[in-house]
Amino acid sequence: MLAALTQLVCFQCLGEVISRALALPVPGPVVGLVLLLGWFVIRGEPSAPMRDTAGSLLRTLGLLFVPAGVGVMTQLDALRADWLPIAVAVLVSTALGLAVTAVVMQRLDR
Amino acid sequence: MTPLFQVWVYLETTPLLGLVSTLIAWQVGLAVSRAAKDVPAANPVLVAIVALVALLVLTGTPYSAYFQGAQYVHFLLGPATVALAVPMYAALPRIRRSLRAVGPAVLAGAVTAAGSAMLIAQWLGASRTVVLSLGPKSVTTPIAMGVAEQIGGNPSLAAVLVLVTGNVAILLGPLVWRLVRITDWRARGLSAGVAGHGLATARILMVHEEAGAFGGLAIGLNGIATALLVPPLARWIVG
Repeated sequence: MLAALTQLVCFQCLGEVISRALALPVPGPVVGLVLLLGWFVIRGEPSAPMRDTAGSLLRTLGLLFVPAGVGVMTQLDALRADWLPIAVAVLVSTALGLAVTAVVMQRLDR
Repeated sequence: MTPLFQVWVYLETTPLLGLVSTLIAWQVGLAVSRAAKDVPAANPVLVAIVALVALLVLTGTPYSAYFQGAQYVHFLLGPATVALAVPMYAALPRIRRSLRAVGPAVLAGAVTAAGSAMLIAQWLGASRTVVLSLGPKSVTTPIAMGVAEQIGGNPSLAAVLVLVTGNVAILLGPLVWRLVRITDWRARGLSAGVAGHGLATARILMVHEEAGAFGGLAIGLNGIATALLVPPLARWIVG
């Protein structure tokens, strides 16, 4: 498990270095994701410990969003001032985003 | 000074309190979510956040003090994003077969979500900072914060909007899919990832693994699309 976690952090670090060195608009962890995917394609499928570690990290993915989410308390003023436009914009745009993506995907993916 | 008070003073200076309260709030969130029979409005993320904000406000603890401990949980977002490569690898053959559909679907969804959010907020009279912070709200937190900063929005506000959007996507997903008759799990997963980033993906991953893999793919592709397309889109809308 520790070996798998080490590998994940190494790919994150590598992604971070590449993203900054090349001034990519994509953050390090996403570059790391692509690199690790490439690694699996070249070196064969992920080991059992890697599958377990990734699985347990991803099962608790929701927990990892909590600290940033609590940051809502620092933005209460901005939210209070513009709550109506924010609420309408988020609700409508999210529904549209879901619908457009899913419809295009289902139509083209035959 | 009572011994108990001394213990409290000590705990307040360590990051332990922020860490412990985050983990306990998560367990509370899971329990509430189970008790509420998994209705999306009682999802563990939302419950944990509301509980923690209430706790911090009531005890007068500043967010920065809380984050000293919570940052250890926050840090794991990085390795967890990288770990999405594992379900994506497992779904690679199916992803390859759908690649012709995935590209246009993600592009259309990304532009629709970002563009409509900024247009609506602008039209309803939101401040410039709010409009710009709404642009990258559908992507994963680190990308959203970076893009918001780049186009003149507020990174913290963007992080909050990302979270609200993820929860809204979890709530609206089943409704929207029924409305536009989406039965294909790949389409559901992909749209969850495009509109609701990792939060909605984590949710759908619990229900359907292949959908989760397409969600992971969508997070990556939407991140790239948003980083490239939202800055010009924002310039065009806000001027």
